[in-house]
Amino acid sequence: MLSNDNDSSANGTASSIDVVRKKLLGYVGFANLPNQVHRKSVKKGFEFTAMVVGESGLGKSTLVNTLFNTALYPPKENTEPSNETVQTVEIQSITSDIEENGVKLRLTVVDTPGFGDFVNNEESWKPILDDIESRFDAYLEQENRVNRRKMVDNRIHACIYFIMATGHALKPLDIEFMRRLHTRVNLIPVIAKADTLTEEEVVAFKQRILADIQHHKIQIYQAPTYEYDDEETMAENKEIMSKIPFAVVGSDKEVEINGRRVRGRSYPWGLIEVDNEDHCDFVKLRQMLIRTHMEELKEFTNNILYENYRTEKLQAMGIQQDPSVFKEVNPVQKMEEERMAHEQKLSKMEAEMKTVFQAKVQEKEAKLKQSEEELYARHKEMKEALDRQRLELEEKRRRLESGRPMTPEKSKKKGFSFNK
Amino acid sequence: MSSSSLVADPVATGLEGYVGFDTITQQIEKKLLKRGFHFNVMVVGQSGLGKSTLVNTIFASHLIESKARLNADEPPRQTTEIETVSHLVEENGVRLRLNIVDTPGYGDQVNNENCWEPIIKYIKDQHSAYLRKELTATRDRYIQDSRIHCCLFFIQPTGHALKPIDIVVLKKLSEVVNVVPVIAKSDSLTIEERAAFKQRIKAELIFHNIKLYPYESDEDDEQEQALNESIRELLPFAIVGSERNVVIDGKAVRGRKNRYGIINVENEEHCEFIYLRNFLTRTHLQDLIETTAQIHYEAFRSKQLLAIKESTSVNSHPASGATSQSTLPQSPNQMTSPNSMLSPGSSHGMSSSAMGSPAQSNQ
Repeated sequence: MLSNDNDSSANGTASSIDVVRKKLLGYVGFANLPNQVHRKSVKKGFEFTAMVVGESGLGKSTLVNTLFNTALYPPKENTEPSNETVQTVEIQSITSDIEENGVKLRLTVVDTPGFGDFVNNEESWKPILDDIESRFDAYLEQENRVNRRKMVDNRIHACIYFIMATGHALKPLDIEFMRRLHTRVNLIPVIAKADTLTEEEVVAFKQRILADIQHHKIQIYQAPTYEYDDEETMAENKEIMSKIPFAVVGSDKEVEINGRRVRGRSYPWGLIEVDNEDHCDFVKLRQMLIRTHMEELKEFTNNILYENYRTEKLQAMGIQQDPSVFKEVNPVQKMEEERMAHEQKLSKMEAEMKTVFQAKVQEKEAKLKQSEEELYARHKEMKEALDRQRLELEEKRRRLESGRPMTPEKSKKKGFSFNK
Repeated sequence: MSSSSLVADPVATGLEGYVGFDTITQQIEKKLLKRGFHFNVMVVGQSGLGKSTLVNTIFASHLIESKARLNADEPPRQTTEIETVSHLVEENGVRLRLNIVDTPGYGDQVNNENCWEPIIKYIKDQHSAYLRKELTATRDRYIQDSRIHCCLFFIQPTGHALKPIDIVVLKKLSEVVNVVPVIAKSDSLTIEERAAFKQRIKAELIFHNIKLYPYESDEDDEQEQALNESIRELLPFAIVGSERNVVIDGKAVRGRKNRYGIINVENEEHCEFIYLRNFLTRTHLQDLIETTAQIHYEAFRSKQLLAIKESTSVNSHPASGATSQSTLPQSPNQMTSPNSMLSPGSSHGMSSSAMGSPAQSNQ
């Protein structure tokens, strides 16, 4: 069924695999894979954990109820005024199973009552950061267990941060919180109770918030764009992202307008509809959080935030990365390699010895040359001396022959001198 | 010594003809108009609650600027600052010198402990300056009054309850100045939420024993008492401020235009701005000034003078030194301690030069 259009050069070694694209000549059937995944995951059910952070009275519980169209948070009971006040930021979580069209979702919402409510709010972000990191730790511990069949994912997938609708800019507490937590959790800032702001005020406020965020290098959640997305999805994503921070209004009560019953808030001067895009950005927030980016948020938490945390933690524990652990071990190859290494060693030794030998030879040669020269020099010297003596004797003979006073012994001497 | 021996009780006597002393009210009015009036208002609240806008709305003119941090590069304020602006406004020949004290930076930091101290100190300093002027031997005929007559306290419209910092500051403020609490940006609350919120706030104020203006007084007649009762019912005022005009039914009124409706600031059904404005300017303006002088200033003054008396007795009776130290004013700031008031560091001259060292007349 496969046609070999081109020679497959896929016989490379394990390190370089050439991937060849082949054309199908008929229907195989693996296009059904997504459906299989879909069926399996629907059977398994999904889980999502969100955290809401903000001063009290900004409408966090109401917004959660509005988002998931269910009374997750009961209405706040009226407590009597008393002198006992909460001293620290608490972490409270509510879990519920909701179902829609056969898809089950285990939704956990983590609330942080007390944040920003004290006179002194220093370090109020600490219990929240500790909670997020302890969830990461729990997951890390599960991953390192011997039996990993049942893993529960408690990690916070999204943190919705509520900003008070002042119309000015971010407060120091907001900036401090976001700076501390943006590397550990997906931050989604929202402008709470945005029905007090006019349209121009909302636009200006959002701009200033984004300027503050940029100035302090805070990374809020940005939806990743993929090249293979179709135009419509990309346009939708861009529109959603352009509205961040979302100016939201929450309401779990229904009011009547023009005969219809809608979720909204009724004032003497008008009625604000929560689900109306012209009135507030609630629809966009719900779309991003639930309808389009829930899985993205989870993936980002798992692949980037959690992995970063894990790397930091393991490095802090002193564990070094050992790359040789990952090389494939083939015994024959290993022997070959060893043999080659051995041979290399031998040849190296040989070369070494050769050079040593050469050196010695040269040395000896040099010495011999030197002594040769010495001998030659001496020979020359002696020859010269001899020559000189001969000359001297010749001189004497001449003198003798010309002078004649010489005795026959002298001529003997003469003859004697010739024999020399 | 009883005054009854010196001055007999008045006997009601009828007049046989018109004398004309009923024009004394007009004489007083003429004098006062010439002199002009002084009114000092302070606004206290977190940044972004609409304090500047509300003041500008009440007095129908652009008096103070919003102290917002509009630039990302600008660092936020580290402490509560006190900024005063002074305006002279005139209406029908009545001249009013209006001093508005703004407190930018209050409640805006991460750690807000003692952020109220600069405010309390400022208020007490004004009392102290007035007392000093009063005590000089040659004092002005009419002392410039810089004491704060009214403090508008802005509450965030959470809909739940007062925040811990609100309770602490309200307690401290209500001891030294007339406090009028308002619910800021109340267009974020529906009518039911507003009513529930007010109930809750009133319960908390009663629980923490916070005394707000208007105060009970024996001198009030029935009408005044009824008025005060109705004001107390309304407290805290749920207001919306706006410097801009919107068109409603062809008329230009001050309001806010949202995507879903138009708020008319001067409509009683929308918010209680009208009540606050009338309260501040039309009914209780004189009373606020008087109460500041008669109640808060007097309390401050008696504490100060008692403290001076104690400290002078300390110097003359060293044995009682230990006890009198503890009765010095309990105010958290020692700036207005009696020693610093008259002549720095020297309490010895007090018994002799007591209340009138000429050198202090320029203070």
